[in-house]
Amino acid sequence: MSLADTSSRGGRRGFGKLLAVNWSLVLLLCALASAGFLMLYSVAGGSAEPWAEPQMVRFVAGLVIMLAIGMIDIRFWRLVAPLAYLVSLVLLVAVDAMGVIGMGAQRWIALGPIQLQPSEMMKIALVMALAAYYARLDPAKVSRPFWVILPLLLILMPVALVMEQPDLGTAILLLAGGGSVMFLAGVSLWYFAAAFASGAGLVTAVIKSQGTDWQLIEDYQFRRIFTFLDPDADPLGAGYHITQAKIALGSGGLTGKGFMQGTQARLNFLPEKHTDFIFTTLAEEFGYVGTTAILVLYALVVVFCVASAVSNRDRFGALMTGGIAMSFFLLFAVNMGMVMGLMPVVGVPLPLISYGGSAMLVLLAAFGLVQSAHIHRPRGRD
Amino acid sequence: MKGGAQPELPGIGRRAVLLLGLQAGLAGALAWRMRDLQIVQNERYRLLAEENRVNLRLIPPARGLITDRHGALLAGNRQNYRIVMVRERAKDPAAVLARLAEIVELPSDRQVRALKEMEGRSPFVPVVVAEHLSWDDVARVAANTPVLPGVDAEVGLSRFYPDGPSTAHVIGYVGPVSEADLAKLQDPDPLLQIPRFQIGKTGIEQRLEHELRGQAGAQRIEVSAAGRVMRELGRVEGTAGRDLELTLDLGLQSYAMQRMAGQSSAAAVIDVTNGDIVALASAPGFDPNSFVFGISSGEWNGLLGDDYRPLANKTVTGTYPPGSTFKVCMALAALEAGVVHPGDGVSCPGFTALGNRRFHCWKHGGHGRVDLRRSLSQSCDCYYYEMGRRLGPDRISAMAHKLGLGVAHDLPMPAVSAGNMPDAAWKKVNRKEAWTTGDSFNYGIGQGFTLASPLQLAVMVARVASGTAVKPRLIRAVGGEAVPFEAPAPLDIAPQHLHAVRDGMFAVSNEGTAYRSRIADPAMLMAGKTGTSQVRIITAAERAAGVTSNEQLPWKRRDHALFVCFAPYDKPRYALAQIVEHGGGGSAVAAPIARDILLYALCGGLPPLSAYPAEQRDAIEKARAVTPPAAEGAATTPARNRA
Repeated sequence: MSLADTSSRGGRRGFGKLLAVNWSLVLLLCALASAGFLMLYSVAGGSAEPWAEPQMVRFVAGLVIMLAIGMIDIRFWRLVAPLAYLVSLVLLVAVDAMGVIGMGAQRWIALGPIQLQPSEMMKIALVMALAAYYARLDPAKVSRPFWVILPLLLILMPVALVMEQPDLGTAILLLAGGGSVMFLAGVSLWYFAAAFASGAGLVTAVIKSQGTDWQLIEDYQFRRIFTFLDPDADPLGAGYHITQAKIALGSGGLTGKGFMQGTQARLNFLPEKHTDFIFTTLAEEFGYVGTTAILVLYALVVVFCVASAVSNRDRFGALMTGGIAMSFFLLFAVNMGMVMGLMPVVGVPLPLISYGGSAMLVLLAAFGLVQSAHIHRPRGRD
Repeated sequence: MKGGAQPELPGIGRRAVLLLGLQAGLAGALAWRMRDLQIVQNERYRLLAEENRVNLRLIPPARGLITDRHGALLAGNRQNYRIVMVRERAKDPAAVLARLAEIVELPSDRQVRALKEMEGRSPFVPVVVAEHLSWDDVARVAANTPVLPGVDAEVGLSRFYPDGPSTAHVIGYVGPVSEADLAKLQDPDPLLQIPRFQIGKTGIEQRLEHELRGQAGAQRIEVSAAGRVMRELGRVEGTAGRDLELTLDLGLQSYAMQRMAGQSSAAAVIDVTNGDIVALASAPGFDPNSFVFGISSGEWNGLLGDDYRPLANKTVTGTYPPGSTFKVCMALAALEAGVVHPGDGVSCPGFTALGNRRFHCWKHGGHGRVDLRRSLSQSCDCYYYEMGRRLGPDRISAMAHKLGLGVAHDLPMPAVSAGNMPDAAWKKVNRKEAWTTGDSFNYGIGQGFTLASPLQLAVMVARVASGTAVKPRLIRAVGGEAVPFEAPAPLDIAPQHLHAVRDGMFAVSNEGTAYRSRIADPAMLMAGKTGTSQVRIITAAERAAGVTSNEQLPWKRRDHALFVCFAPYDKPRYALAQIVEHGGGGSAVAAPIARDILLYALCGGLPPLSAYPAEQRDAIEKARAVTPPAAEGAATTPARNRA
């Protein structure tokens, strides 16, 4: 599989590839990002500074990166997938080591002006690596224990490292992203049942471990879980964020208070109003109509990706696209669930809308891979 | 991966659809939750958001003004310049405070307190650093703004008493509401929750607090989560307190204070035609403004330690044995009871024997035969021992009450004393003893159990002079509306008896004991009665050794000097009661002061010298030259201690 095969695979070259880009998907991403710019402008009190403008610049840069990645043949990405995984894993270890050596937890590596978060990279690398693994594996063997243990290790290694940081949100996303690729690859449902069972056991163990010497998660994570379970018990303390977020959401009503009229965000009742809790401002200012519209846009992104995956006869491309779609779904679902009080506050930003460069670039790079799979997919039975 | 390999690859279709279904379910749950929060529970959360956002802040109303009968301001509100500091803008509050202390007076303990308060509050909350500053101070602070980051001048309203000490006892003062006040007052007014809100602590300020306070305004403000004020949403102005117009005449009041300066003294002047209290002066005064600003412990201890008791309201709260001034009441009681006629003579040998006790007349050797007129003008004690014996306590008490003694008059001041005008039953209850004739003798000369306040004595004279049941009043108008006035009913006393007593009082001032303190102007002739009430028992041993003169006694054991009077005699206008605590003889000490105050009231200012007896005019003219009449001589006297 040399790169010279590229032209014969998709049958397209140069300008033709640009036409083959999944433009509907690009349009959806632009719509979501634009909603983000509006909200960042609003929470800054009607100012492009300090959030909206940098976010736009990053988004445009991200779009360029996405298209560039999309132009490159999918086989290249399959080839580099194991490498990407390895590099990400090494960086994760490095970050953990730095955290031990330096002061406190650190999640990023400074590369000049860019702050690289290995855990963000790992989200894509894991999906790529698993997709590449299953693309090579004989489908008849996918459910054999030996061939299940290997991908399981691929998933659990970074999960353990991320938990070490500690970053519960990313750990969940890695687990679910990796799990969904295995699921799509056709691993027997019994394994998933067993995983759920052991997961439930683990959660029980974690809860039980509180206050003991072998406590499995940090105290602040425990607090988050308990305040999630009963935010009203301490409305001014740890439950304050959830309570205020729900007030912002609920006070929006059907059509909202109007652009820039959200009092909860403007008066700083909302925590992290430009990052993790930006959805509450959107809900406050645009109401149920606004939140539903955003939800529909996100769902469409997922549906477009899955549609592309299903029609893709290249197993690597299909599995990767599906895995990325699932990860993307989890991103916004976890964030929304979090601010609506359905999940503990785990620190997951709202994709494309929350302020944040690293997450945005990584996400658009992932969609670049989706584009690559889409553009270079072997179509139909021609 | 060409050709034949492809069909073996299973599509991901089935699993993808399963996954999509799961996702659709989750997305549906999210949508459902959104609907629940945003549509179903919208109302609840909208209210919560509003509660978050909007704070109600009270605007203190302007306190009602208090003026005298001519509109002169007795209690007003003046701008209170204060300096506030915002910690977050000051950066280094201690350094800024030190710089501020170079510009305005700022004691180090005040600096420490301000620093502590700032640390205890959110960094953006202005904390009052200094209060009651002058405009000059504020101007200096404004000029130094660049080196005083976070320092601002603010202006609020604070109570102010322009003529402080003159009316301090009547008006009282305000002070910041205390925990004790909150516990005591069953007052739900939210204004009281404002820190440092000023409420009346004593005097009219306290008793008419409900009129003066007014109603709070409210300001709806939008606040941020941290409590920072973002903007004003709406404002409802409060209602200012109602203004009070008093019956007092500030000119007369100030003059009385000035005239009494250096004495522990009190004077009450009543308009006999309607009961208006035109002066109610208690000397020495104190400066109520000190209390508003927070009195220093030195000043406070000085006030408390002063034997002249500047804080006491001697006019209505202080009660004294009325002494011979009570003979006015005795004479009327005797005439009304029919136990004596004006012309009846009583013999005064200098004492009255009762069993083996002797009750002495003040005059050694006695007055000889005394009728009613002489009994008053010479203040014969024996005559009134006899009247006491003839009347018995109950009839004396009844007349006293009729004349306004032994009754707490309804005045808007705390601790208005009822005095004591006992009857037989009173002694039975309070002393567990039967009334004795000796008690009646003492009653007759206003000693023993009898107690009256200067105000009550003034009311007594006003009633005798007018023949009506004059009721004293202090408030002319509230909020611009005149307080309804009821013409006093005639007293149930025969006019000829009233005339006989008035005639006796005329004789006191123009022939008798108070002759030196008469008014010479025929249009303003005065009638009065002297009184010298003992605050000690003269023992038989003392009497044997010759009565110790007042000057030889320590101040606290000297007699009280009293004088009651009214003028003009033929058309009474003002009644006055005067007391000089431990001043000595009523005729020598109290009467001259009383005459001057009464003349001032009658003339509406300093009287012409022609009003005085010819032989006194030179001395009075000289005295006036020394003390310019414009000077307010009523300032707080320095602390004395004679203990």
